[in-house]
Amino acid sequence: MFTAIFGSVEQGIIYAIMALGVYLTFRVLDFPDLTVDGSFVTGAGTAAMMIVLGYHPVIATLVAILAGFIAGCITGLLHTKGKINPLLSGILMMIALYSINLRIMGFTVENSVGRPNIPLLNSETLFSQFNNWWGSLGVNEAINNALSGIGVKSLPQTWGTIIIVFILVVLIKLIFDWFLKTEVGLAIRATGDNKKMIRSFSANTDNLVIVGLGISNALVAFSGALLAQYSKFADIGMGIGMIVIGLASVIIGEAIFGTKSIVRTTLAVIAGAIIYRIILAFALRIDLLDTGDMKLITALIVIIALVLPNYFDKRREKSRKAKRHAERMASSTIVTEQEGKNLA
Amino acid sequence: MLKLQAINKIFNEATADEKIALDHINLELKAGDFVTVIGSNGAGKSTMLNMISGALTPDFGEIIIDNKDVTRLPEFKRSQLIGRVFQDPMAGTAPTMTIEENLAIAFSRNKKRSLKSGVDKQRKEFFLQSLETLHLNLENRLNAKVGLLSGGERQALSLLMATFTKPSILLLDEHTAALDPSRAELISNLTKQLVEKDQLTTLMVTHNMQQALDLGNRLIMMDKGQIILEVGEEEKKDLTIAKLMEEFQRIRGEKLTSDRTLLSV
Repeated sequence: MFTAIFGSVEQGIIYAIMALGVYLTFRVLDFPDLTVDGSFVTGAGTAAMMIVLGYHPVIATLVAILAGFIAGCITGLLHTKGKINPLLSGILMMIALYSINLRIMGFTVENSVGRPNIPLLNSETLFSQFNNWWGSLGVNEAINNALSGIGVKSLPQTWGTIIIVFILVVLIKLIFDWFLKTEVGLAIRATGDNKKMIRSFSANTDNLVIVGLGISNALVAFSGALLAQYSKFADIGMGIGMIVIGLASVIIGEAIFGTKSIVRTTLAVIAGAIIYRIILAFALRIDLLDTGDMKLITALIVIIALVLPNYFDKRREKSRKAKRHAERMASSTIVTEQEGKNLA
Repeated sequence: MLKLQAINKIFNEATADEKIALDHINLELKAGDFVTVIGSNGAGKSTMLNMISGALTPDFGEIIIDNKDVTRLPEFKRSQLIGRVFQDPMAGTAPTMTIEENLAIAFSRNKKRSLKSGVDKQRKEFFLQSLETLHLNLENRLNAKVGLLSGGERQALSLLMATFTKPSILLLDEHTAALDPSRAELISNLTKQLVEKDQLTTLMVTHNMQQALDLGNRLIMMDKGQIILEVGEEEKKDLTIAKLMEEFQRIRGEKLTSDRTLLSV
């Protein structure tokens, strides 16, 4: 059980980076961007392809991020310059990326142009390299000894992976929070909030939308590149439903942790991604369910996360009103009593 | 400062709904002029403002601001020179962002936006001072989301945001029309104060004749896409609503028809 949750947290943190990208488009820019399903694979495929071709994992990851950025910018161009509806721009880009991703992964084979998956079983990845160094520090043994001392069984092989993804996500969150408070960041947020207003303050909304979508998909591709290296393969189908997973994370996080400020909301989104993975891990432990049911479970989680907060809000509102009403009634009887006395 | 030369605009051209929105409009504002614009619904007042701001482009004619032809300049570039306040109090601010963030956006109007922090210490100080001039106690709510403010407060904030970078032209499009009378008066006074402080060149559309008389040094009346009456600085001082109505009747040979205009007398 501990290992299952441990793995969920590791994956959850990786997916959290994607969720931040989804948050940037869906919430900040108010742009329902479906490019995500494609750009996630673009990130994974590009990183895997370059690693197989012998590039350093860091360079492979950076190129993957750049590829995602370009994909997002093209979606932005389709919408702003081509005047195509936001949903449709994303769908068009997603479908185009399917072929492009096959071609990207196809660079690794000589006898054909496309390839649907790349295994990374024997390749060096960010995680294997970090863990080599990390393992030599002897921290793993220390933590595991301490944990088995307090009776935890089935311990993870290494703590390096969770530590590096944790550091990465914290860094990204800090940069993300900072960026949304810069002049450009404020303008991007205002673009999602009130286009008419921000245009009257001399901001080019077209460029802001394009840059926003670029950054969002760069994050998504980063997440894809990390997941490919984490699970040691890239597959053309790994992005299916990614947008829903991203949305699920955003919605769960916001419902639980609230959206008072940017700093709080980004934290909520990251936590939402991790919680989502944990819920999924528990759901899959039910014998009745199969891994093939994952998408169904995802859809159900999103539906529940969307419907429940409304229900709770209504109940809270109702009880608040009832309480307030009771207070008012009580105070008004006091007033009428006093008036009665005065008259008497 | 601002010059409109022979501006023409026709909506829905060559259809049954064809409407001549602006018919050969010529107007010149000198630096520091404050011109109020009145006229019935559909007279072309808002179209003219949208033409100047760049939200619409004229079919023919030129728009010149600070001796520069801006007719083909896109809206976002032109707004470096132009401050605007809209009729809808929701339109001029970003509701999910805080007061200081909204001010920071407005502050960047005539600068290039960079990766510098939007609100730094120095700016915060400036924002505080600017907000104090509104006397609405907003300076103590810098971190409140603008969506929580009342319509009047939001409109006051919009007005401050439109003016505190000292734009070449200030456009006010019925910016008090959606407010209750006491709030409208507050915004009206604030407008006067802010415009006078920086001697802003201003064009204000209003349905309220009294407001049109109280504010500004010049007045124009529009009807059916034309400027039918221009009142200069000296004449405006002893202009009354009755005289204006009379004048309209004399020019058009009919009574001023808009119910809204009459009601707000």
